[in-house]
Amino acid sequence: MSLDVARIRKDFPIFTRTIRDGKKLVYLDSGATSQKPQVVIDAEVDFYAKHNAAAHRGAHQLAEEATEMFEASRETVASFLGAKTEEIVFTKSATESLNLLAYAFSNAEPGSQFAIGSEHSIVVSEMEHHANLIPWQQLAKRSGAELKWFGVTSDGRLDESNIDSLITSKTKIVAITQQSNVLGTINNLDHIIEKAHKVGAIVIVDACQSVPHIPVDVTNLGADFLAFSGHKILGPTGVGVLWGRYELLNNLPPFLFGGSMIENVTMTDATWAEAPRKFEAGVPNMAQVVGLAAGIKYLQSIGLEKVHEHEKALTRYLLNELNQIPGIAVVGPTDVSLRGGTVSFTLEAIHPHDLGQYLDSAGIAVRTGHHCAWPLTRALGVPATTRASLYVYNDNSDIDALIAAIKDAKKYFGQ
Amino acid sequence: MQLDNLYQEVILDHYKHPENKGLATSYDAQVHHINPSCGDEITLNLTLQGQKVSAISWDGVGCSISQASVSIMSSLMMNKELSEAQTILDEFVALMQSKGSGSPDESVLEDAVAFAGVSQYPARIKCALLGWMAFKDASVQAQKKN
Repeated sequence: MSLDVARIRKDFPIFTRTIRDGKKLVYLDSGATSQKPQVVIDAEVDFYAKHNAAAHRGAHQLAEEATEMFEASRETVASFLGAKTEEIVFTKSATESLNLLAYAFSNAEPGSQFAIGSEHSIVVSEMEHHANLIPWQQLAKRSGAELKWFGVTSDGRLDESNIDSLITSKTKIVAITQQSNVLGTINNLDHIIEKAHKVGAIVIVDACQSVPHIPVDVTNLGADFLAFSGHKILGPTGVGVLWGRYELLNNLPPFLFGGSMIENVTMTDATWAEAPRKFEAGVPNMAQVVGLAAGIKYLQSIGLEKVHEHEKALTRYLLNELNQIPGIAVVGPTDVSLRGGTVSFTLEAIHPHDLGQYLDSAGIAVRTGHHCAWPLTRALGVPATTRASLYVYNDNSDIDALIAAIKDAKKYFGQ
Repeated sequence: MQLDNLYQEVILDHYKHPENKGLATSYDAQVHHINPSCGDEITLNLTLQGQKVSAISWDGVGCSISQASVSIMSSLMMNKELSEAQTILDEFVALMQSKGSGSPDESVLEDAVAFAGVSQYPARIKCALLGWMAFKDASVQAQKKN
């Protein structure tokens, strides 16, 4: 079952370069952004070099080819998620996907199923990335709705003990992450989705950290909307995905207005194209969308089940090795069946920035800080952590390098 | 090792044994500065006597660069005329922006020359400047008050 990591690494040109005076690159920051296989880089280059034209516009061959490639990418993403093609909206980022939803709720006609006001509540969790917290926090401010949230247990799991007081008949939106970008916790959302639907709430899932690493099928998941970013799943930057259950997506009002999202326009009024087009105003990021499809196909050729098993084995090894270093405290579940390959930790008096700087001098890339989840790190009482996040191109040798460098850092900083 | 340019002994010493840490109860101005990219925070209390710095105290959490920098700055600015403090501040900011090519004036910056290496690490310049910007802010507020 294990992956041939040596072969996979050959597909990623970045691993041919060295870091900080000739050191091997040990890339443990895929939670921030993944590296790109050559097929993704080639797909973008190929689009610009041979097919570049504005999709959905123009009566010429290039425009036809660009449209075909763009729409074929939509099919790739849809089949990857177990969704219908017309349920996939391309945005510029997951952040935009989530903001699109929040503003679409604001734009809803009074009385429509998306209209939100002071009689409603929005439920999030304390482990949300800022991108799935602030849009809802600000929607609550704009609309007068009450913002409520699930807390986090001391071992970094979602605290569902008060679900009955959080999700009530007032709840309009439940926006929640499938996998924490700090704790690595994978949230089983079945119970929350069931409860939310029972009270008529709409469930929005932040899947940025899950979709690149575990098999996700939106039909099985049962949520209403789901967002993820392209650049964390081997794709280019500048492309995000919003999936929505079609009947909801088609009733949802648009957020960005402009070219190509309309049905008819006069000087004083406009009507909208059907979903997904009404959410894709302006010439889209075509090369990036095509690149994303190439990245997803590459990942599918490995197999998501295998990716998940690989990361589980690596995570088990990483946790085991970390726990043998005196002073290390892992933040988040230690049971690998509850978590993914994103591991945050603290190391006694060595501040994460200093540790991160030392690791960098050894060629090791990690993330340090609050990871855009400041309320979470505050709740955990750790102002900052060091985070190692794993992906298909990592193997035990990367973890060995990390562990050795952490031990050296302890000596360097005199701990 | 190139990293030694960043982590000078004097920086690590100040990090482990910070000076003027612990907030005084009386002050002319109190400021709270945050580095939003990393979460480093400091609170700084400043007291002036006329145009002269008579007391600085601070508290905070953060990396060795940010915390040592506040510590060294607080000792350096103590009992300085505000005009002199401004000269030191300008010299330090220029050093941080020098991309590793600055030749700091040790007679002005004293122990703060240890931060010269930080200018080669763009991500850390904000860490080093956190306390200095807090001082600048506090001195403006204290002058307004007086």
